[in-house]
Amino acid sequence: MAETIGFELVSPERLLVAKPVEMVVVPGTEGDFGVMPRHAPMIATVRPGVIAIFEGGKVSERIFVAGGFAEVTGERCTVLAERAVPVADIDRAAVERKLKEDREAADAAEVEVGEAMLAAIDHPSYH
Amino acid sequence: MPSLKDLRVRINSVKSTRKITSAMKMVAAAKLRRAQEQAEAARPFAERMERMLGSLAAGVDSGAGAPAMLAGTGRDQVHLLIVATADRGLCGAFNSSIVREARRQIRALLADGKKVKIFCVGRKGRDQLRREYESLIVDTVTDFQRPRLSFEGAARIAARVAELYEAGEFDVAKIIYNRFRSAIAQIVTVQQLIPFTPPAPAAGGNAAAVATGGGAPALYEYEPDEEQILSALLPRNLAVQVYRALLENNASEHGARMTAMDNATRNASDMIGKLTLVYNRSRQASITKELIEIISGAEAL
Repeated sequence: MAETIGFELVSPERLLVAKPVEMVVVPGTEGDFGVMPRHAPMIATVRPGVIAIFEGGKVSERIFVAGGFAEVTGERCTVLAERAVPVADIDRAAVERKLKEDREAADAAEVEVGEAMLAAIDHPSYH
Repeated sequence: MPSLKDLRVRINSVKSTRKITSAMKMVAAAKLRRAQEQAEAARPFAERMERMLGSLAAGVDSGAGAPAMLAGTGRDQVHLLIVATADRGLCGAFNSSIVREARRQIRALLADGKKVKIFCVGRKGRDQLRREYESLIVDTVTDFQRPRLSFEGAARIAARVAELYEAGEFDVAKIIYNRFRSAIAQIVTVQQLIPFTPPAPAAGGNAAAVATGGGAPALYEYEPDEEQILSALLPRNLAVQVYRALLENNASEHGARMTAMDNATRNASDMIGKLTLVYNRSRQASITKELIEIISGAEAL
């Protein structure tokens, strides 16, 4: 088994994921970045997008986050996200309805989240 | 001397009160457990955010470049007190102890010649403070615990506070709430939210060492730069701090209610005991009286 890095996904209400993974790709504000074991320590902001968890050489889990922060040290990668849903659990109709409302309300931040959610369903990255 | 019927009615009414208080106690106990679990579940996020902030704040000197939420406005003329209470009563001294502390703070600040603004979270605090300080209350949030206390609710409160701060409405913000120690003991706590004081290890390069688990100090790369991250992180942190305070408060409220209702149930039982004693005595007395009347009537013949 390849070397692993501890990945944690935390929401304000609870700890969502905590497990060793081979690699995790985080959607940073300035572009996606992959975190592997012994990554250089880093703190970054996260844009709305998909976190891809790699185990056994391929993506084992995709989780949508609506923005947040990531802290990386050599042995740990922690993502603080206010909202997180597994991509498989996203309800397309609900997202589209909400997106429409947000567009009407001109809530730019929410519109961005909604669009990113749809993109996450339509164009899964990192096969 | 109340009649036998009066006593019976009285005993029955106390009995039904006891039923209500013991049911409330049970409900409070269940809610307390849930509140404690929720508070427990929220801990990892707060801890990690604190760690991140610690290392960030150590990197950014609190000079001119630092965001206003960290550096403050450079004055401490206007104070905002966020008074977090419950929406409902019947929980012992829970609400009044918070309000008492709030009053004390307000008086002390006013005596110092500062201006005070009050932000009420929870109906009970507003009701009590309104009598004396109506003009100081800038905003009130109630029903934030329905259907349950959520991070979003706390984030809304925090957003409102941040808005007021950006509008230059106050210089220092403090939140007053009850810290949960046990079901019996809650400690009134005053915590400063703005300007934010980073956790203790922020002094020097210490924070980074803590972040890597005590190993060699890690020098973080920042993406984007520290100040941008910090200015995004601080409002979130405000929400987290408010959320944490509300969670503590929520657990304290149910703890206080449980204890209060336990006492009420016990008092009701005591009272029923006493009333039953009086009832039995007066019943016996009336029987004895009737007997005496019959006997003395018979003797007189």
